[in-house]
Amino acid sequence: MSNSKLTRRGLIKTGAVAGAAGLTLPTYLRADGHAGFTNAPTGDTVTLGFNVPQSGPYADEGADELRAYELAVEHLNGGGDGGMMNTFSSKALKGNGILGKKVEYVTGDTQTKSDAARASARSMIEKDGAVMITGGSSSGVAVAVQALCQEAGVIFMAGLTHSNDTTGKDRKANGFRHFFNSYMSGAALAPVLAANYGTDRKAYHLTADYNWGYTTEEAVKSSTEAMGWETVAAVKTPLTQTDFSSYIAPVLQSGADTLVLNHYGGNMVNSLTNAVQFGLRDKQVNGKDFQIIVPLYSRLMAKGAGANVKGIFGSTNWHWSLQDEGSQAFVKSFGTKYGFPPSQAAHTCYVQALLYADAVERAGSFNPCAVVEALEDFEFDGMGNGKTLYRGDDHQCFKDVLVVKGKENPTSEFDLLEIVEVTPVAQVTYEPDHPQFAGGNLGTCNPGA
Amino acid sequence: MFGLTKRDTKLLIIVAILAIFAPFILNPFPEGSAMAQFNGGYPDLMQRLVIFGIFAIGFNILFGLTGYLSFGHAAFLGVGSYAAIWMMKLLTMNVIPAIMISVIVAGLFSLLVGWISLRRSGIYFSILTLAFAQMSYSLAYSVLTPITGGETGLQPKVDDPRILDGALEAGQSPRANLFGLEMGSSYELNLGSWVFTFNAGYYIAAVVMLLAFYLSIRIFRSPFGMMLRAVKSNQQRLNYTGLNSKPYTLAAFVISGMYAGLAGGLLVAMDTQVGAERMFWTASGEVVLMTILGGAGTLIGPVLGAGFIKYMENIISKINKSILEQWFAFMPDGMEDFFITIVYPFIGKGWHLTLGLMFMMVVIFLPGGLVQGGQKIAGLFRGKKASDDAADGKTTPAE
Amino acid sequence: MDAIILQVLNGLDKGSAYALIALGLTLIFGTLGVVNFAHGALFMIGAFCAVTLSRILTLSHTIIDDTKKDFLGNPLKVEVPYIYDIFGQTTGDAIIDWAVPLSILFSIPVMVGIGFAMERGLIKHFYKRPHADQILVTFGLAIVLQEIIKYFYGANPIPTPAPEAFTGSFDFGAMLGFDPNTIIYPYWRLVYFAFSAIIIGAVFAFLQFTTFGMVVRAGMADRETVGLLGINIDKRFTIMFGIAAAVAGLAGVMYAPINSPNYHMGMDFLVLSFVVVVVGGMGSLSGAVLAGFLLGILESFASMGAVLEILPGINQIIIYLVAIIILLTRPRGLMGRKGVMEE
Repeated sequence: MSNSKLTRRGLIKTGAVAGAAGLTLPTYLRADGHAGFTNAPTGDTVTLGFNVPQSGPYADEGADELRAYELAVEHLNGGGDGGMMNTFSSKALKGNGILGKKVEYVTGDTQTKSDAARASARSMIEKDGAVMITGGSSSGVAVAVQALCQEAGVIFMAGLTHSNDTTGKDRKANGFRHFFNSYMSGAALAPVLAANYGTDRKAYHLTADYNWGYTTEEAVKSSTEAMGWETVAAVKTPLTQTDFSSYIAPVLQSGADTLVLNHYGGNMVNSLTNAVQFGLRDKQVNGKDFQIIVPLYSRLMAKGAGANVKGIFGSTNWHWSLQDEGSQAFVKSFGTKYGFPPSQAAHTCYVQALLYADAVERAGSFNPCAVVEALEDFEFDGMGNGKTLYRGDDHQCFKDVLVVKGKENPTSEFDLLEIVEVTPVAQVTYEPDHPQFAGGNLGTCNPGA
Repeated sequence: MFGLTKRDTKLLIIVAILAIFAPFILNPFPEGSAMAQFNGGYPDLMQRLVIFGIFAIGFNILFGLTGYLSFGHAAFLGVGSYAAIWMMKLLTMNVIPAIMISVIVAGLFSLLVGWISLRRSGIYFSILTLAFAQMSYSLAYSVLTPITGGETGLQPKVDDPRILDGALEAGQSPRANLFGLEMGSSYELNLGSWVFTFNAGYYIAAVVMLLAFYLSIRIFRSPFGMMLRAVKSNQQRLNYTGLNSKPYTLAAFVISGMYAGLAGGLLVAMDTQVGAERMFWTASGEVVLMTILGGAGTLIGPVLGAGFIKYMENIISKINKSILEQWFAFMPDGMEDFFITIVYPFIGKGWHLTLGLMFMMVVIFLPGGLVQGGQKIAGLFRGKKASDDAADGKTTPAE
Repeated sequence: MDAIILQVLNGLDKGSAYALIALGLTLIFGTLGVVNFAHGALFMIGAFCAVTLSRILTLSHTIIDDTKKDFLGNPLKVEVPYIYDIFGQTTGDAIIDWAVPLSILFSIPVMVGIGFAMERGLIKHFYKRPHADQILVTFGLAIVLQEIIKYFYGANPIPTPAPEAFTGSFDFGAMLGFDPNTIIYPYWRLVYFAFSAIIIGAVFAFLQFTTFGMVVRAGMADRETVGLLGINIDKRFTIMFGIAAAVAGLAGVMYAPINSPNYHMGMDFLVLSFVVVVVGGMGSLSGAVLAGFLLGILESFASMGAVLEILPGINQIIIYLVAIIILLTRPRGLMGRKGVMEE
C-alpha cells in the first residue's frame, strides 16, 4: 500500500474537493449514493478485509491464513507464479487485480471471540471500506461475522468453520463456506472406519460442550451407527477444560473399544495426549485393539499433539501432500514464499479469496447480489479438491473429503498426516433440508442499499 | 446547574463537548495519509468507547466508592445483552424496550448475586462474584445453548416473530432502530482531506452515556455516596456507630449492575449480536483494568481507561507489516528494515504486548491512573494553579 | 465401586496439580499480601523451561540427504542434533528422552532468578500500594511475559513428552482385585503426584522447622515488629518470592508432558489457582493444599457420565459452585486467618 492509497472515503473526498470549496453536503452513507451497494470501489483499487485470529489459541492458524491471503493478493495482482490461478477451471482472472482494480487489504484480529471479530469486521467495513470480509478459525466467529456481513451488505467468505450451523441453521445469503462440515466428516469417516475396524465396535464419545461439538457428535454418531456401531456413552466436556484425565479414565470401564474425540484445537491436543498417556491404545477390549478417532484433524493441531497422533484416523478438508495439479501449484508457490507447506486453513482461505475474485470478474460487478448470483451453483475444478460445487441452496461447497491418518514415520515436522482415502463428493452430499441442517433461512442477498 | 457544583458542571460540560465532537477529535488525520491508521472516528469504535465508558462508570460506583472489587461484572453485561436480543427477536427491533429490559434484568440478577456475595468482603467477595460470572459464562456457552445460542450466540433472524413490528419487506434484514432511525445510519462530512462520520447510533449511545455520567456525579456527591465512601474507609467503625452498611453496599452493587446491563443493552442495540465470551472472566477483568488504568474513584478516569483499552485493541491490532513498510518507506533501506523489525513485535498480532507494557508504565509512573497523567500535563501548563484544580472529581485512590 | 475408586484416584492426582500451583500463589498472595496475577505466567514459563531445554538438547546442524525429497521436490535436509556428535546416537537419544526430568535442574536457577528479578525490580515497590495497582502491574507483566513466549515459540501447543520409561499406565485394578484394565493410571501422573507431595512437604518443612522459615512466618504476622528486632525481613521476602517462583516453575515443568505447553496456559490456570487459594483461606498454606485436593476430587466426580446424566452441565460449574458454598458457610474459606485481605 502506498501513500496514495485510495479508500472509499478517499474517493468521496476527491469528489468532494472538486465540489464546493472543500465542503459538500453530507452524504447518506448507508445508501452510498450512486453505486447501489456498500463500499462500492470507485477508484483503481479494491479493499478486502482479512479477519483472522492473531491472538489467543488459534493465533498460529490465523497467521497461516494471513499468509495464504497475502499470497492470494499477490497472485490476483499478477505477482508470483500465479499459484492456483493457473489450474483453476474458470479463466476469468487475468492477474490484473479484480475487474482491473488493484487488490489491497486490511487485517484484523478476531481473538476467536465473536464480539472482537465483529468489532474488527465493522472497522474494516466502516473505516477501511472493505467490500468483502473473509477468514476466521471457529464457527462461533464465522456465524457472528456472517450475520454482520448480511446486515452490512458485504460478502463474507468463511475461513475455517466446520460446524453444520454455518451453512445450516445460521446460513445467510451473503455468506459462503468452502470448508467442509461435521456431516461430511461423519459421512467420509464411517466407511473407512468400518473397513479398518469392523462393523461391531462400541464407541465412547467425548464431546466439546458447544455447538460445533454437538453437530460433530451427531454426525459421527449417526453415520457410525448406520453401519452397525454402538454408542455406549457420549460425555460432554467443558470448553475451558485443559486436563481430560477424569473424562478419559472411565472409558475402559464402560466396555467401549473405540474413543471418539469430538474436540478441536487445544481441547483436541490435550484430550488426545491424555488418552494416549492412559495407554488406551495398548489395550485390548472385547478382543479388539482399542482405537481412538479424531473426526476433525488439522495439521497444526496434530503438531501440538506430537507423536500421539500416529495411526489415528480423522478427516480433513485438504492436505498439502495431495498430488493433483491445483494442490501442487498452491504448495509450490506457498512453500517457495514461506519455506513450509500450507495448512488446510491456509488452503481454504486462499481458495475463498480466489473464488470471490473470480465471481466478481464473472459477474462484472462488486455488487454483493451479483457476486452471490455468480457463486451460487458455480461448478469449478483445479482448486485441490477435485470437481466442486458451490450449492445455491445453502452456500456450502460440495467436494471430495480427505480421510487421513497420523503418519507412523514422519520425515519432517510438517509431514504428520497421510491420506488414507479421498472420499468422493457423492458420498458426502446431503439434501439442503437434511435434519442436521434444518431451521435455516438464507434470506435474500443484501447489497446494503 | 442541574444541581451540580460549579466544578462538576464544568466537568460534565467538558465530557459533553468531547462526546459531541468525538467524530472530529477521533479523526485528526486526513484520509489517505499514513497516520490515518490511527483515526478512530468510525461508528463501531465510537460506539464501543462510550458503551464501555458506561460500563466502567458503573463499575466505578461500586469499586471506586465502596472499595468492593467485583470480578464478575461482565456477567451483568452479558445477561443484559441476552435480555435485549430476546426483546428484539420477540417484540420489536426498536432499541427502547431492549435497553429497558436489559437494565431491569441485569438489575435483578445483580440483586441476587450482590445479596449473596456481599456477605463477604475483600478477596472473598471478589471470588464469589467471579464464581457467579464464570458459572454464567460456562452455562451460557454449553447447556443453556437453546436460550443463549451457545458458541454461535444470538442474532436477529428474518423469521423471528417480532410481534410489534410489521412484516419485513422482501430482501430486508431486521435492523435495530429508534422509531425508524436506524442505528447504522450515518452522515459523512467532507472537509478538505478530512472525512468525519456522524452516526445515529453513536449519538444515542453518547446521550445515554452523558446521562449515566451525570447520574454518577450525583451519586458521588450525594449523602449516599458519602456513606459508600465511609464503607470504604472503615466499614467496621461504620457498623459500630449502629449503621447497617449492607443496604448501602447492596444498592451500590445493584446500581453498578444496572449500568453494566445498560451497557450490554446498548451493545446489542448498536451491534445486534450476543456471544457468551462477553461474560468470560477476562471481560470482567477488562473493566477492572479500565477503571484502575483511568483512575479508580475519580469521575472521569474510568471513561478514559475504557477509551484507552478499546482504542488500543481496535487500532493497534489492525496495523500490519505492509502498513509499517508504508510508514518507513521514506528511510534508506537498511534503516527501514531495522525500524520495521523493532516496531513489528508491538503491532498487529503483538497488540497485547503493547497493552501489557502500557499497563505497567501507567501504574509505575502514574499511580493515580490516566487522570493523574492528565493532571500532570495540565499542571505543566498552569504552573501552581494546577494543585487546586487537580482535585477535579478526584478522591483517594481505591484499595 | 471401581468407578468411584478411579475417580478418587483421579481427584487426588488433579488435586495435587491444583495444590502445587496454588502453593506458589499462596506464598506470595496469601502471605506477602501481593495480588500476583503474573503467577500463571510463572507456571507457564516453568513449562517452557522444559520446552527450551529439549530445544537446546536437539540443537541441530543440517545435512543434505540426496536420496530423499522434501515437499517441494528439493533434496531433503536432515537435522542432526549436535548431541549425537558428542555422545553418539544412543546416549544422545537417551538424554533427549529425559529432557523433562533434566529440566527440573535447569528450571530451578532460572525460576529463582526470575522471581528475584520480579521482586527486586517491580513487586518491591508495590507492597504498600493498593491491591488495585498490584493487579494492574502484575496483569500487565503477565501479558508481557506471555507475549514474549508467544513471539519466540508461537501460539501452538508444543509436545513435550515424558521419558519413554514412563509411558503407559499402571493397573491398580489388577492389584486391588478388580478386573484388569478397570482402574488404570498413567505412570507420569503418578510421578507428578509423588513429586507434588514432596515439594509441598519440603515447603512446609522449610517454613516450619528452619529459623529462616520462622522469621518469615513472624514477618507475615507482624512485619514491623520483626523489622524493629533488627532482622532484615525484606531480604527474606525476596527469597520467599524466589521460592514461590521456583515452586510455580517446577509445577509447570512437570506438567509439560501431561498437556503440551502453550503460551496462554498460565491464564487458563490463573483463575483456578486464585479460587483454590481463597477457598483454602487467605494466609493458610495447608488450607490451599486442602482446597486443591477437595476441588480436584469434586471435579473428578462431577465429570462422571452417570452424574452428568442427572445434572447436565454440573462439570462446567462444579468448582465455582463449591467455592460459593464453602465461602458462604465458612467466612474465611477452609482455614483462613482473620484480617488477611478482608478489607
